[in-house]
Amino acid sequence: MTGTLEFHGRGIVPGVVEAEALVTSETISGFGGIDVATGTVIEPRHELFGVCFTGKVLVFPGAKGSSGWSGFFQSTRLLGTAPAAFVFNVMTTKAALGAIVTRIPTVVGAAPDPVSTIRTGDLVRVDGDRGIVTVLSR
Amino acid sequence: MHLTDEEKRMRDGAEGDAVAAAMDLLIRYGEALGAERLCDTRNVAGTMTQPSPAKAKLVEEGGWAKAFAVINLDCDDDIDVPRMRVPTCQLQHGFSDDAAGLSKYSVSNIELQGSAESYFSERGVNILATCTPYQVGNLPVRNEHCAWMESSAVVYCNSVLGARTNCEGAASTGAAGLTGKIPYWGNHVPENRFANRLVRADVPVESFQDWGMFGYFVGGQVEEERPAVIGALAQPDLANLKHFGAATATSGGVEIYHIPGITPEAPSLEAAFGGRAIPDAATYGPAERRAVYETLNSQGDSDDVDFILLGCPHASLDQIAEIARLLDGKRLRDGTELWVMTPRALRIMADRNGYTEAIERAGGKLLTDSCPAMSKAAPDGVRVFATDSAKQAHYLPAILGIEAWFGTLEECVSAALTGKWRGELAA
Repeated sequence: MTGTLEFHGRGIVPGVVEAEALVTSETISGFGGIDVATGTVIEPRHELFGVCFTGKVLVFPGAKGSSGWSGFFQSTRLLGTAPAAFVFNVMTTKAALGAIVTRIPTVVGAAPDPVSTIRTGDLVRVDGDRGIVTVLSR
Repeated sequence: MHLTDEEKRMRDGAEGDAVAAAMDLLIRYGEALGAERLCDTRNVAGTMTQPSPAKAKLVEEGGWAKAFAVINLDCDDDIDVPRMRVPTCQLQHGFSDDAAGLSKYSVSNIELQGSAESYFSERGVNILATCTPYQVGNLPVRNEHCAWMESSAVVYCNSVLGARTNCEGAASTGAAGLTGKIPYWGNHVPENRFANRLVRADVPVESFQDWGMFGYFVGGQVEEERPAVIGALAQPDLANLKHFGAATATSGGVEIYHIPGITPEAPSLEAAFGGRAIPDAATYGPAERRAVYETLNSQGDSDDVDFILLGCPHASLDQIAEIARLLDGKRLRDGTELWVMTPRALRIMADRNGYTEAIERAGGKLLTDSCPAMSKAAPDGVRVFATDSAKQAHYLPAILGIEAWFGTLEECVSAALTGKWRGELAA
């Protein structure tokens, strides 16, 4: 990798974390979309079906589906299966409240588009204080 | 975010710790959204009583006050929970005692929920226990600011009733109940309510099934956007729009749609778009209709059906009457179960009208409070289920690991009587 990949957006939950990225181009559902006990995506037709997001920087376009979204991700925090950080594009009430109650650093609406640029497995720093996402290595 | 003096006083603790925690959460939430201010609401629909493993642990540690603080206010402090400041209702939650023993759903969850009902009803929460509060006593008026959860109720509230709510969550509704405030953002702002996508049905959309499939198509097309839908649409009734909206909020994240000439904010197509340019329409023709049907029916191999689920979202009285009519004098095949989900208030009406008796005589059950997807429970040993709901067909296979068929009410009842799925898409 040449140069540093840096993405500037809005930090909506403070904190700084470094972890491996898990990237999807598909929106994520909470209710019926994830299993909170294991921290995995369970929506059958989702490209992350069966994949665990625990401890990962989850990079995704946004939240879809039921209003249970925030409650389901809050449960991952309470059960110890939460992601390490959220990076998403489209602001919705579900995703904003979900990020707050999951209590993980979160950056929204960053440019360039993190979903099409960051790759699963990249080591990423999410700075929720300053709204900056950095790819440290891939 | 701008705060009024009253809101600052709440934040600073003038009305107690719980209200201060609620205001703190609303401020964090409003600022994350980029809201300019909060607005007043006197209509909150949220969830406090639904059991979960995480909640059971919190109740064990510190009672319902602890569970409410953490889950409904995102607050770790020990606080007393006062009476709700504004009218607040409980949406659907877990199964209640009418479903005890019908599945592996645990008695301890039913008991936990019972104790939650006592605790929260003492604090002013109306236990409507349904995903359709608008059917049983919470019918907002046009332009009313609401703070509702439950995606199918949110889209109905905005689109059919013309009231204003975002898709809230357990924490924001808990905070709204204690403060009577919610961020003025998204669907609360008039200019955000106009349509920005157009979808045209070129095939007739008439039946309950048609409306569900069309909704599933629209949600997939527009995702989180705001569609106006036109074309070969018959006059819908409550059940049709309940199904349509739930489907748009399942395949996508639709929170408001407009049907010109039908829904209140769209007297005309031009009005639906607020006078702005009208985009080209995405079209729903025979091929798209077939594709939706096949998607919803791609989760089944075996035509041996052992469970029928009706009433998602919770059945209307008309739907219950129709189910009772189809089952009257018939008998479910041995080994096949049929459940109809409805609000408890409508269950009482169904009892009074003899519908419950007709359904039960045939071997079916009319149940309240929940659904298999919410409670993650179905009759023991179920492998293949059938439903007339696009939403339940979408969610239940993932939640329970079972196969699904989607069809008409008549096909579902026929499967209940024969144990065989014979559904086909009508030409």
